[in-house]
Amino acid sequence: MRFSGFRVVKEALTGHHGWKPLWRNPAPQPAYDYVIVGGGGHGLATAYHLAKVFKGTRIAVLEKGWLGSGNIGRNTTIIRSNYLLPGNEPFYEFSMKLWETMEQEFNFNAMVSQRGIVNLIHTDAQRDAYRRRGNAMLLAGADAELLDRDGVRAMYPWLNFDNARFPIKGGLLQRRAGTARHDGVAWGYARGADLLGVDIIQNCEVTGFRIENNRVIGVETSRGYIGAKKVGVAVAGSSGRVMAMAGMRLPIESHVLQAFVSEGLKPVVDGVITFGAGHFYVSQSDKGGLVFGGDIDGYNSYAQRGNLPVIEDVAEGGMALMPAIGRARLLRAWGGIMDMSMDGSPIIDRTPVDGLYLNAGWCYGGFKATPASGYAFAHLLATDRPHETATAYRLDRFARGYVIDEKGMGAQPNLH
Amino acid sequence: MLIPHPLLGPRDAQEFTYLGDASLLDRPDGMADTAPEAFAEYVYLRDNPAGVHRELWFHEQGDRSWLIVTRNTVTHEILGAELARDVALAAIGGAQ
Amino acid sequence: MTRLSGGLIDRGTTLNFTFDGRAMTGHPGDTLASALLANDVRLIGRSFKYHRPRGLVAAGSEEPNGMVELRSGARREPNTRATMAELFDGLSADSQNRMGSLGFDLLAVNDLMSPFFAAGFYYKTFMWPRAFWEKLYEPMIRRAAGLGSLSMLPDPDSYDKGFLHCDLLVIGGGAAGLAAALTAARAGARVILADEDFRLGGRLLAESHTLDDAPATDWIAQAEAEFASLPNLRVMRRTTVFGAFDHGIYGAVERVGDHLVTPGKGVRQTLWRITAKRTVLAAGATERHIPFANNDRPGVMLAGAMRAYANRWAVSPAQTVAIFTNGDDGHRTALDLAAKGVSIAGVIDTRADARAQGDYPLFAGAVVSDTKGRLGLKRIAVTREGQTQWIEAGALGVAGGWNPNVHLASHHRGRPVWNDDLLAFLPEPGAVPGMVVAGAANGQGSTHGALHSGAQTALAALAELGITAPAPDLPRAEDAPVTQAAFWHVPGKGRAWVDFQNDVTVKDIKLAHQENMRPVEHLKRWTTLGMATDQGKTANVTALAVMAELSGQSIPATGTTIFRPPYTGVSLSVLGGGDTGPNFRPRRLTPTHEWAASQGAVFVEVGQWMRAQYFPRKGETHWRETVDREVLATRAGVGLCDVTTLGKVDVQGADAGEFLNRIYANAMGSLKVGMVRYGLMLREDGHAYDDGTCARLAEDHYVVTTTTAQAGPVYRHMEFARQCLWPDLDVQLISTTDAWAQISVAGPNARKLLERVVDGFDLSNAAFPFMACSELTVCKGLRARLFRISFSGELAYEIAVPARYGNALMARMIELGADLGATPYGTEALGVLRIEKGHAAGNELNGQTTAQMLGMGRMVSTKKDSIGAVMSRREGLTAETRVLVGLQPVDPGARVAAGMHLFAQGAAQNTQSDQGWITSACYSPHVGSMIGLGFLADGAARIGEVITGANPLEGQSTALRVVSPHFVDPEGGRLRD
Repeated sequence: MRFSGFRVVKEALTGHHGWKPLWRNPAPQPAYDYVIVGGGGHGLATAYHLAKVFKGTRIAVLEKGWLGSGNIGRNTTIIRSNYLLPGNEPFYEFSMKLWETMEQEFNFNAMVSQRGIVNLIHTDAQRDAYRRRGNAMLLAGADAELLDRDGVRAMYPWLNFDNARFPIKGGLLQRRAGTARHDGVAWGYARGADLLGVDIIQNCEVTGFRIENNRVIGVETSRGYIGAKKVGVAVAGSSGRVMAMAGMRLPIESHVLQAFVSEGLKPVVDGVITFGAGHFYVSQSDKGGLVFGGDIDGYNSYAQRGNLPVIEDVAEGGMALMPAIGRARLLRAWGGIMDMSMDGSPIIDRTPVDGLYLNAGWCYGGFKATPASGYAFAHLLATDRPHETATAYRLDRFARGYVIDEKGMGAQPNLH
Repeated sequence: MLIPHPLLGPRDAQEFTYLGDASLLDRPDGMADTAPEAFAEYVYLRDNPAGVHRELWFHEQGDRSWLIVTRNTVTHEILGAELARDVALAAIGGAQ
Repeated sequence: MTRLSGGLIDRGTTLNFTFDGRAMTGHPGDTLASALLANDVRLIGRSFKYHRPRGLVAAGSEEPNGMVELRSGARREPNTRATMAELFDGLSADSQNRMGSLGFDLLAVNDLMSPFFAAGFYYKTFMWPRAFWEKLYEPMIRRAAGLGSLSMLPDPDSYDKGFLHCDLLVIGGGAAGLAAALTAARAGARVILADEDFRLGGRLLAESHTLDDAPATDWIAQAEAEFASLPNLRVMRRTTVFGAFDHGIYGAVERVGDHLVTPGKGVRQTLWRITAKRTVLAAGATERHIPFANNDRPGVMLAGAMRAYANRWAVSPAQTVAIFTNGDDGHRTALDLAAKGVSIAGVIDTRADARAQGDYPLFAGAVVSDTKGRLGLKRIAVTREGQTQWIEAGALGVAGGWNPNVHLASHHRGRPVWNDDLLAFLPEPGAVPGMVVAGAANGQGSTHGALHSGAQTALAALAELGITAPAPDLPRAEDAPVTQAAFWHVPGKGRAWVDFQNDVTVKDIKLAHQENMRPVEHLKRWTTLGMATDQGKTANVTALAVMAELSGQSIPATGTTIFRPPYTGVSLSVLGGGDTGPNFRPRRLTPTHEWAASQGAVFVEVGQWMRAQYFPRKGETHWRETVDREVLATRAGVGLCDVTTLGKVDVQGADAGEFLNRIYANAMGSLKVGMVRYGLMLREDGHAYDDGTCARLAEDHYVVTTTTAQAGPVYRHMEFARQCLWPDLDVQLISTTDAWAQISVAGPNARKLLERVVDGFDLSNAAFPFMACSELTVCKGLRARLFRISFSGELAYEIAVPARYGNALMARMIELGADLGATPYGTEALGVLRIEKGHAAGNELNGQTTAQMLGMGRMVSTKKDSIGAVMSRREGLTAETRVLVGLQPVDPGARVAAGMHLFAQGAAQNTQSDQGWITSACYSPHVGSMIGLGFLADGAARIGEVITGANPLEGQSTALRVVSPHFVDPEGGRLRD
């Protein structure tokens, strides 16, 4: 069924009886060509692109809970391609271009909204660093603008310009950045993949890999054994747990990142604002909630919940930057498990086990990468070669010294 | 969270700075032939368990001791805390 | 509407307030909600999506509809539940989420369009043409969405934060909570009793039940009197415990001044972090609705709330009311209202065998199937066995059963457990360590049950702490069992609301089911059920029941409902506390701050530090003019700069040298006493970490300096190495950054100036050469440390004195050096001096660079093991060809900017051909043009080449000549003189 305004009107006038399930609930087949472990954004995008672009068939996505139950459904919905390093920026710009066309392609409104992101500048050194970054973005074909203080003020006059501990001196603006409706992305890819014949199997937890002669031949699941020619793992915060079943240790720690939403408010924040001197970033959803976040809690965790100090820290940052939002109320806090890698950048690579592929290490930046991650992982699964924008995301880059460390923090995941 | 400091009793976790897996105590010998491989593993690879985790916390706003805290990463329950120096010394003693 | 009799309001005092500008009155004890009802206001707001007219549904914090913008101006507080706003004299409130007046909201057109706005509709349309989303569709949606509006003025009120500790935290001051608190406090335990209401008693205040045959308020008053006499008990009214965090830590907000016109000099709210050894959750229960067609009209409310309004606040939403119930509880409302003189149009009970419990018309085995009344309920349709009759009623109380308030018990992601007898989810036992649940929150909802479970849970919790307590004598109370039939919604054609605020109807749930959005989380996300400001307190369980019915599964098999913090909304102001504006972060002042301020210095934020950036003089019109003067004065005479912010670590012990050998990439053990060496630290991953100087004051005593930014991390790192890696070394560390004021004295006259302050210390080049250090005294006996080190390339020293003498020493040296041209310089000149000399600083040591890139690759000793040495030899690091070079514009007037990317001349400018970047740039008065430092591929071999500095961000492209990074005195003669 094709979604359209016409269809919405027709169904409205005929009692909505014609709407079909957005996807099937298929029983697992005994074997597939491709098994994607993880029915989150990256796994669903991988299956979608495998089927759509690489014409793969016999594809299954195995999800231990409900599809989209991981970080795709618990993030702050920001999309952007404002990276610095050559290992990253072309990939994220590729992702941005996919964001710009995905809705029409998979026929689902994921509410991709390019209302811009401003990274605020508070020191001369920060301006130097953002100038380097903005130039790197332009050189990679992305968009970037350097704003002075007045330029920021014109966009957001109610920011704290006059009474701040760290005065705003400018900002790096990417106009094509913005937000997307996170669940909508998962559903769009899921529906798109389902329509292309992908079996999305929910409530199907992978409990082991069957490996013979160093080649994966299938996965053990809570719903029985499923054979597979190739297995791609895209399980974010569960990467360590899952890959341990294949005998691998990863350059990844799992950490909790909290995110927050306020009660609904009439529109005040048009785009995304990032407060560099504090730990705070914010946008406003179409429903009116201020969606905001800050740093990870900082300790290893699989708990999907965080603690009060970070809530306070984030609110402090918010109030320091935007003292006019104080009378809004925090409505909900939630936590996601982030696969924090050792250099802050992801991994899309083969593993030492033949036929077993890994997509992991997205830290808290996985949402914006969803389309390109899926595309690049599908490319790797289908061709055994990395996508041209993802050649740096190798597992062996750590041992070989080719880390992609945007923040320059070294091998300490909670600092990235 | 509250960290049960072995000398100071329960302390708010905000007084501490977190580092990570206590395996960082087991620094390889940099002069050994196997140093490149050993260090790559030491610096980058982690067990990252969902469950009991021994991890390093620094009492930065306190007595500046490094602790090894045993904590469940699923429930956040803390099972104990030791002075890292004691553990490191015991390891040297054990090796001798 | 006139007031009913009784109630807990002070009729002797009249409070004036306004709603949408209309003047009204109420009494102390009222909430805004009860006062509005007393003024015949039933229409209070508009729903989120369809802008349907709405009135109050509840009487407590679960209220989904009755939200207002409270107060005005900068104190305007959107989405405030009228049920939680304590009435005060001068209160002003306005309705929200409307375009036009509340009675005539233009956006109510959405309601007519509602067939098009079914669950998930926006995912299916608005995709064409693509550019219309941001320009047309989304702005429309955003304008219509949202609820209340912010003033966008800074919050003028004050907030506070604090810590509290207790043996037992009791959450909720109803029957169970009061019994728990009494029991524990009498036993001597340290108890905190917190309740969100301004009056203790919980449901006891809302019911007509007696305790020991007297009004419940008598017993509450006794308890409160006893509380006042117990110093080990802290009663916190107006305090909402909003979150259960790890290890017994709870977040709570005390609304200290929200019931006042303004908080005056006091705080408005306080954020408490309560650490409790044990917790009794006695949060009560929330009544649920029974959806039926057009069940959202103003006047349709929860029956228990109706009872609360009548008993506690002496108001009824109408003269004639009806009750719709699936159990005995609804009949109680009818009885209580009838006793207050309200006319009961009928009790509609879904149970065929229901019996009237008083003198009112009963419709057994019947349902309410529709309503009329656009801005307020006028009549209801009662359907029994297919026959429908319309009954006049100005209000309808709906009693669908009670959901225990399990929220806090599920904050650790515990899953509530379905109980078939109670038709409700109960908290998962032990889901929050240390928490036990009592009273209605645990399904023990009779007054007797609540009192006794409160006492028993408190006893059990105390026993775990080793505190024994006698069971209290509790008053006799009703103990009616729950008699209720499972009846979740009235089937039918019209729209039946489940989630009032977000306009989610039974039809939407059906559509979600039809479209396979069946997992509860999909249901919620597809329909927005439970996502409103009330977090679905009155909706979620009902929705589950509807979904269960559709899927033919039991409710527990369909799913459960869990809640995340906070329990109710918490203002961002109180979460931020007072640490905002200039107080956002601590402000560290250098020892010479006062002196610098007296000289008119301009200060700049450097991390937490405030450092003097430059010292403008009269007549100087631009900062560059000042900085150029400071630089030239330093190179020509002598400049002084406070460099205290650089980190200092004292390293002592027999193994100090060996320890530092392992910390630094280069050797430090071989350093002679009385000498200083430049040191480079690597991270264990082989990248450059920090640099600084290492001075050996004695055989077993070194002083290490770090950069300003890394002072904390480097010290932590060194302690890690000392305690965790090499505990067998005899070495001790302490950070002395704040203990010593350190002043750089740089320039050809530096020695002459210092000779005037040292106490007979021989500063001659022979006695105290470049890189010498010593302890000495200055200014007639003041102990000091002197280091002959240079960041500027000039003859230079750094002198350290105990921090409290820094200000005086600076003033003294400036005074003594007047004839030598002594000039204070700030961080800007410091930066220029070091760029001219080619010294790396934060922009070069950004965590991404290597020793090799900094031109220090050979410093990494291969003869010893030091931190990072092994990993610095990895292929990726050794293959890196970018090294630090100097860059000078071919056109001396051209701008050089840090952040420019470097390209071979004529090369295409893109990521692939990128050859490096400029790290630091400044105007060099020495060179007479702007200059830069940067990392350039194969840089060492390209001295003299002209390359392009590209800055497309600012539309700039500049021809640059590659030069040595040492623009000043490359041979280093000056600093050795």
